[in-house]
Amino acid sequence: MIVDLINIAVQAMFIENMILAFFLGMCSFLALSKKVETAAGLGIAVVFVLTLTCPLNYLIHSTFLEKGAWLWTVLPGESFKNLDLSFLNFICFIAVIATSVQFVELVLDRFFPPLYNALGIFLPLITVNCSILGGSLFMVEREYNLAESAVFGFGSGMGFFLAIVGLAAIRKKLRYSHIPNGLRGLGMTFILTGLMAIGFMCFAGISLTN
Amino acid sequence: MKFLLDKLNKSAPDFEPGGKLEKLYPLFEAQDTFLFTPPDVTTGKTHVRDTVDLKRVMITVVLALIPCTLFGIWNTGHQYNHVNQLAGGLLNDTLMGARWVLPIIFVSYLFGGLCEVAFAIIRKHEINEGFLVTGLLFPLTLPPTIPLWQVAVGIMFGTIIGKEIFGGTGFNILNPALTARAFLFFAYPMQMSGEVWTKLKEGAMTVDGWTAATPLAVATLAPNGGKDQVLQALAEHGYTLKSMMMGMEGGSIAETAALPILIGALILVVTGIGSWRIMVGGVVGLFVGSLLLNLSPQEGYKSFLHLPFAYHLVIGSFLFGIVFMATDPVSAAATNTGKWIYGGLIGILTVVIRVTNPAYPEGVMLSILFMNVMAPLIDHYVVTAHIKVRTAYIRKFGYAKG
Repeated sequence: MIVDLINIAVQAMFIENMILAFFLGMCSFLALSKKVETAAGLGIAVVFVLTLTCPLNYLIHSTFLEKGAWLWTVLPGESFKNLDLSFLNFICFIAVIATSVQFVELVLDRFFPPLYNALGIFLPLITVNCSILGGSLFMVEREYNLAESAVFGFGSGMGFFLAIVGLAAIRKKLRYSHIPNGLRGLGMTFILTGLMAIGFMCFAGISLTN
Repeated sequence: MKFLLDKLNKSAPDFEPGGKLEKLYPLFEAQDTFLFTPPDVTTGKTHVRDTVDLKRVMITVVLALIPCTLFGIWNTGHQYNHVNQLAGGLLNDTLMGARWVLPIIFVSYLFGGLCEVAFAIIRKHEINEGFLVTGLLFPLTLPPTIPLWQVAVGIMFGTIIGKEIFGGTGFNILNPALTARAFLFFAYPMQMSGEVWTKLKEGAMTVDGWTAATPLAVATLAPNGGKDQVLQALAEHGYTLKSMMMGMEGGSIAETAALPILIGALILVVTGIGSWRIMVGGVVGLFVGSLLLNLSPQEGYKSFLHLPFAYHLVIGSFLFGIVFMATDPVSAAATNTGKWIYGGLIGILTVVIRVTNPAYPEGVMLSILFMNVMAPLIDHYVVTAHIKVRTAYIRKFGYAKG
């Protein structure tokens, strides 16, 4: 059990890294990786939101949306047995994510104003960060249970954190380099992301179960 | 020498600004400083110039690589003659090896050099001896049977994407030779055989009979059980601790034997060019990693988990990687504490990838690349922590007051 959970976390963090294996959530990854501190702040926010939304969405999905999810209610049997509301997945998940992000925003604004200012527009934009919605959708697709989805959310968040902080440190180093004009800024960052993905390929294919 | 100097000095005006060959100045400059001491002096406020400049650093690495290269040439010929039942002997083996290895090195230098020169001319920077190192390191990590066009494609990718777009030597984040190696590995797994730093699988080869399994492949496929099973499997294929140190086996060109690599390591450490912290850190990491995996239960698990540390040290190309690849001062961590962490993590990751990742029998290349990616982050946190400690010290004793 514990081994399975660790396995899921490690897999989400390294082997199937949201950024460098699936290339999800690139916009904030590219835009907010100029300073390590900002990147770390965003990374922590993403870890928090993912760890919160994955299990929450799991609960919503399994209690209301899944096929046959309504069986636990006392509502008349037959008509509800086959009720499949999973087409509402997207809108429900996004609503949960938006709420959690609002929550994070309030906390940051109250307790860490410098970080709040540094993150700027990208903090509310976590709402539409693909890696966060992706986390919830992967959770549904892979049929995780409650504990697994919490661990998966945390692992994916840590993967995002690791990737964005790593990129920020590299970009800090690159400030002294002599990059061709056309490539400065985003162009170089895209190439860097590719090179980082090659580095992360070392984990691709690792199986911890045996 | 006098003749050369006269010749160079005579043609100098052509290459200087306003001359007819002004655009080719980097080529001239490379020739000039390669053969003679440049006359440049410092003009700013700093007047300390170390005699060990970039050129000397790079050429020392090339010198350190020579024992490996020579051994690799001999070993390639030895394997070829042995497998094809041709007459052996030092001379025959070396000649046959040279026939296989020298074209690879030549192609690598030619195309790597062309990219370097083109970028130097267009971007107006000096031609750095860095490409002498990259152009030699890269072929030494390839299987001798690789098609030459792949060598060319690989080295061009490594030089351009791995180094030149960052502005040339000193600015890159990944080791260019390893970038080239990884690119070929992922782009043409057939020729790289899907086995990192090892030889070709059956059927995917150009040399008849060149199919004996490498020690790593043998160890991966060893039956479940404890330490005895894996050692027995190795011994059945004729691999003992001693034979793997001697390195007379198939594999990538220059990574099989321990001794020439250690000679190279000695040169690098004595001259202060390769960091001993990274090397020692790597070996310590390998030790810790193999020790931890040895603790895993025996029943029903791969016996590879129980391979002792000494075997891990000599079995694949760990030594070559940690001595020549990981110590690249540009892509490694720059702080001393960072170097320990960087080397140690390479060691641990290498064991973990070797044992747990069926896709890659050898993990050195990819673990070094991964740590290259992470090195700036390690440095950042080491520096931040240091600043914190110093600030606290000053706060406490009040030296910064006033």
